[in-house]
Amino acid sequence: MRALDTMGMSVQAIARNKLRSFLTTLGIIIGVASVVAMVHLGQSATRSVTEQIASIGSNLLFVMPGTAQRGPGGVRTNAENFELADVEAIRNEVDGILVAPALTTSATVVIGNANDTIPVIGTTNQYFAVRNHYLAYGREFEATELSSGAAVCIIGKTLIDEMFLGQEPLGSSIRVGRTACRVIGVLEEKGESMGQDRDKTILMPVKAVQRRLVGELDVSAIYVSALADGTTGTVQAQIESLLRQRRGASTGAADDFYVRDTQDIAQALESTTNTLTILLGAIAAVSLLVGGIGIMNIMLVSVTERTREIGIRLAIGARARDVLTQFLVESIALSTLGGFIGLILGVGGTWLVTWKLDMPLVISPPVMLTGFSFSVAIGIIFGFFPARKAALLNPIDALRHE
Amino acid sequence: MNEAGNTATPDRMHLPPAVVEMQDIYKIYGSGATEVRALDGVSLTIRAGEFVAIMGPSGSGKSTCMNILGCLDVPSSGAYRFRGVEVGGLDRDELALLRRNFMGFVFQSFNLLPRISALGNVELPLIYEGVKPARRHQLAMQALATVGLAGRAHATSAQLSGGQQQRIAIARALVTEPPVLLADEPTGNLDTAMAGEIMKELVSIREQRGITILMVTHEPDIARYADRVLFFTDGKLVRDGTPAEVIP
Repeated sequence: MRALDTMGMSVQAIARNKLRSFLTTLGIIIGVASVVAMVHLGQSATRSVTEQIASIGSNLLFVMPGTAQRGPGGVRTNAENFELADVEAIRNEVDGILVAPALTTSATVVIGNANDTIPVIGTTNQYFAVRNHYLAYGREFEATELSSGAAVCIIGKTLIDEMFLGQEPLGSSIRVGRTACRVIGVLEEKGESMGQDRDKTILMPVKAVQRRLVGELDVSAIYVSALADGTTGTVQAQIESLLRQRRGASTGAADDFYVRDTQDIAQALESTTNTLTILLGAIAAVSLLVGGIGIMNIMLVSVTERTREIGIRLAIGARARDVLTQFLVESIALSTLGGFIGLILGVGGTWLVTWKLDMPLVISPPVMLTGFSFSVAIGIIFGFFPARKAALLNPIDALRHE
Repeated sequence: MNEAGNTATPDRMHLPPAVVEMQDIYKIYGSGATEVRALDGVSLTIRAGEFVAIMGPSGSGKSTCMNILGCLDVPSSGAYRFRGVEVGGLDRDELALLRRNFMGFVFQSFNLLPRISALGNVELPLIYEGVKPARRHQLAMQALATVGLAGRAHATSAQLSGGQQQRIAIARALVTEPPVLLADEPTGNLDTAMAGEIMKELVSIREQRGITILMVTHEPDIARYADRVLFFTDGKLVRDGTPAEVIP
């Protein structure tokens, strides 16, 4: 029997019951579409995280008080904050770096009639380079403003949009906590990053935040940027030994601070998204399995319905293997068709979601190939039993079947 | 009446070769008290070119005999040689090849595949033989022309009368040009006029092609078209001879 004729017969049988064939395939369509979409969206989320991390600043190290915990953000303990002297020490002792102190707090900000609670970062001019976040216009802090802790601030784009209502902010005075503060610059737009609006922020000289807002002379984090690629490891080691010495930690005792580089954070987030991808992919794979069972069910019904037809075919010269092939090809055709439609829907869905959520579109041929091959494999696996049942029918019994 | 069939005829050297040889064929269903002997020690020989009618009341074993002759069923014991080949030792696929290459089947209920055209039905055996579409089409059209239905090639069974359907079935049985045609009550579902036409068709095909025809029937009028009648009762071949000899 020619392969083309076998396929022709199967296509005829499928076309004969269009609605039933479609409903049978629907399980596979949904299964493949969800596997393809889930895995693609997972990869897209991972890519998105990686890109956001890169936008935070490359070769960036966060030095935080407390104990390092796994997971983004970590958990802080009651370890003492750093001092400005620590920042100076790092600047002087470690080569090839930029370093910026950060005293982070939040304050009620009043601009005209608008008021909102805004994160305020007390820092120095090195912040811009270290965090890869530069001025859009206006000016940086002057040396005297930094040393005296003058009430000047640089604001993010969101404040202009939401509180200045688009008016020119430079030179105007805003209220930060209980301090009247003059706007001297505007930060370039950064957008959202890991759920945070990086444009909803105010930068002030670190001493201004210490004295006017917090009332403490310390620093809650130190940002360090290694100037050369691949040196973050040595820089981290130097900072750790320096700070251990300065904070008087005895040898062997756990550090009461930790250094994180962006790579660590990226890896932590990537492993989270990867776990999610695997989980969602597995759930989707279960639906593909259910689709396969649907195909098997319908093929069994079809074999019973067409018992007499099978008897006729056997009587006029079909061999068992011809009948087996016919039904197997039929189920493979159904599942392949489902796989193909599912693939298109899956990729389409991925495109739609990434477009709506403004995520990078990742289309991975191996994922598409895997999803498609799975659908074909399911046609073979779940089609074999019904096809075998058809092939093993006794011609006499089959012919007598009503 | 000739109990031993034609095998004992003195001039057997000049007889056509045996197509079918059955030796002590038993077909037994169940066992012990419920044992049913559908065929109870049947021996017969049918030679090339014969037109044989198999008769008997229902339950006499005539259909079982037909199924075994057509290699659709296998005997419980005994030797069955088809064209000199011992059928008992063949597996399912070898039996299928035997059917495909040497036999054509015609059934009481026509057994055309519904939703496929007459042409498609006639082409079916050729598809299993692996004949290419163009050649297949040509052979099927020829077979349809033989039964006078070339004009209805694209009709489906629903659009055809019983007589037409049976003729399509005959065309399907003949399209592979088998040496043996097996017909199981071919006129059972047809009225008398239609039945007569189908029988004339079979007689003329036999004359043209010298094909061997084995036909099961319970109607004496139909059996009279044959030139030899086998009469079964209770699984035994009880009479074997010309229609005039066997049919009262």
